[in-house]
Amino acid sequence: MEQNYKRETFKRASLCRNFENETYKQIQNKKLKLPVYLSAGQEYIAASIAQYVEELNILPDIFIQHRGHSTYLSFGGDPVGLVKELLGKKDGCANGMGGSASIQCREKQIYGHDGLMGSHVPISTGMCYGNKKLTLCFTGDAAGEEDYSLTAIGWASTKNLPIWYIVEDNNLSILTEKKVRRNWELQDVAQSMNVSASGLPDDPLMIWNFIESHNMEKPMLLNVATNRLFWHAGAGIDDPHTFDRHKIYIDKFGTDIVKEAEQRVKEAWSKCLSH
Amino acid sequence: MSIALRDTIKDTVRHHLTKENGLAMGQCLTAVGWVGGTLPELYEEDGMVELSMADVAGGGFAVGAALAGRRPMYVIRYQGFNWFNAPMIINYAAKSKEIWGVPCPMMVRSIAMEGGIGPVAGSSHHALYYRMPGVKIVSPMTPYEYANMYLEFMDSDDVLYVSEHRGAYGNTEELPNIDYDIPDIVLFPISITRFAAVEAAKELEKEGYRVAVHHIVNIKPFQPSESDRNALMRARHGIVLDDDYVDGIAKSLAFDLCKGTASEMHVMGLKDKSAGFYPQVDNLPPSKDEIIAKIKEILK
Repeated sequence: MEQNYKRETFKRASLCRNFENETYKQIQNKKLKLPVYLSAGQEYIAASIAQYVEELNILPDIFIQHRGHSTYLSFGGDPVGLVKELLGKKDGCANGMGGSASIQCREKQIYGHDGLMGSHVPISTGMCYGNKKLTLCFTGDAAGEEDYSLTAIGWASTKNLPIWYIVEDNNLSILTEKKVRRNWELQDVAQSMNVSASGLPDDPLMIWNFIESHNMEKPMLLNVATNRLFWHAGAGIDDPHTFDRHKIYIDKFGTDIVKEAEQRVKEAWSKCLSH
Repeated sequence: MSIALRDTIKDTVRHHLTKENGLAMGQCLTAVGWVGGTLPELYEEDGMVELSMADVAGGGFAVGAALAGRRPMYVIRYQGFNWFNAPMIINYAAKSKEIWGVPCPMMVRSIAMEGGIGPVAGSSHHALYYRMPGVKIVSPMTPYEYANMYLEFMDSDDVLYVSEHRGAYGNTEELPNIDYDIPDIVLFPISITRFAAVEAAKELEKEGYRVAVHHIVNIKPFQPSESDRNALMRARHGIVLDDDYVDGIAKSLAFDLCKGTASEMHVMGLKDKSAGFYPQVDNLPPSKDEIIAKIKEILK
């Protein structure tokens, strides 16, 4: 089962990575002119959790922020809808209004973001209160610092809500490192609020093990250390030596899955650019 | 027996929670007073949700509950607290339908009062929402207006800002427009100023002035009626009265009323200064006497 989980997670992550690599090229080719927030390097978090949730046959409510392409794709969002959105088309996944930062997928219950960093943390918490369904809130290490994000975690604890806060901790707010901004960790704050919490690397198996040890009817915070391969916005590389988990998985599972994902992504872009 | 506005609100909330699977959310709801007597004695299991004291997050919780289809009534005990409570309501709930096609219907019960409560808690602050798209603003001051507003809310999928005023909670009367064939001036009062406007009109009538009063309940969208326009065109003078600062809704509505009527429009509202806690430094909405003085100055 462990191997199967890793392989399926790799499939999702490969789709995400290829999508971002292709998007990177389209930005360089000037096909995309608005700000695009690429998630390459961070895709194993969403891919791992999407795979876990699918195996439980659960359709949670999902909240994302900017840099959400990988979450959208990992949870089954249509690549064509995302490409159209990046191109500003009316039939894009956010009606050609959301751009890269405010994507959504109604079929997969992925809700868009308004642009106020971290606002989706209390909003997702309120939705979870309203319907008591499993809710996933993907946020970042910077958005997690917002005072209302912290309050929301506390209220979820108070109300014992089935919500998972997944912090994609790439250590950066644009280029300002976490150590410059604070001397505390989100998982410690969450634990102090009686929320089950942990800090982990973006290793799919470690993520699986932590989630499995958690009571799903209660709130949880998972702070996952990860790496942003590209610029905060747009196509560029800050540090070419950044750790990349995808390379390890390619070595392990080979390139067939990668090629399959690459083909799917190229078809999506080709279909949209030809219209 | 007449029913006061506070009882209408209380009955409306009770219906919303017990018959419509709705929620009422806010801070200190079940404390002494039950928000000026406008809440029924219901608790969390009934949908009366006590939030933490974190105002910004509280607005977000209500927005989330709206996304879940619970049509929350989000109670803000002082309108000035919207500086903290409004961000996610006006940036997410109000935009969700337009951007994502996902309605997020919720009602903001925002309550004004004034007199000795300082620069934030005093007065109405509906102009904070007015400039943003996707929000409707209504200010019911009578039992019928409140009940009608609720029915319209339940028939829509909008974000509705309800600008309430504690000074009206004891009101049992409806407030019909006051009209003359040829008025000297037309008042267009909002919120608590409606009561002072009616008093001023009645007092000036004794002196021979014909002061028409056309009440404004629906602030946004604001659509002046034919009756409003006709009265203005005959009078040629009008005043919009607000319980908020004049550099906001009052001037905007005055502009809308001026268009096509060739009328000279004036505004009265909170003065452009901070309110202190003592009577001599307070900043209050226009009183009956101030309205009378303004009318006489315009008509002299």
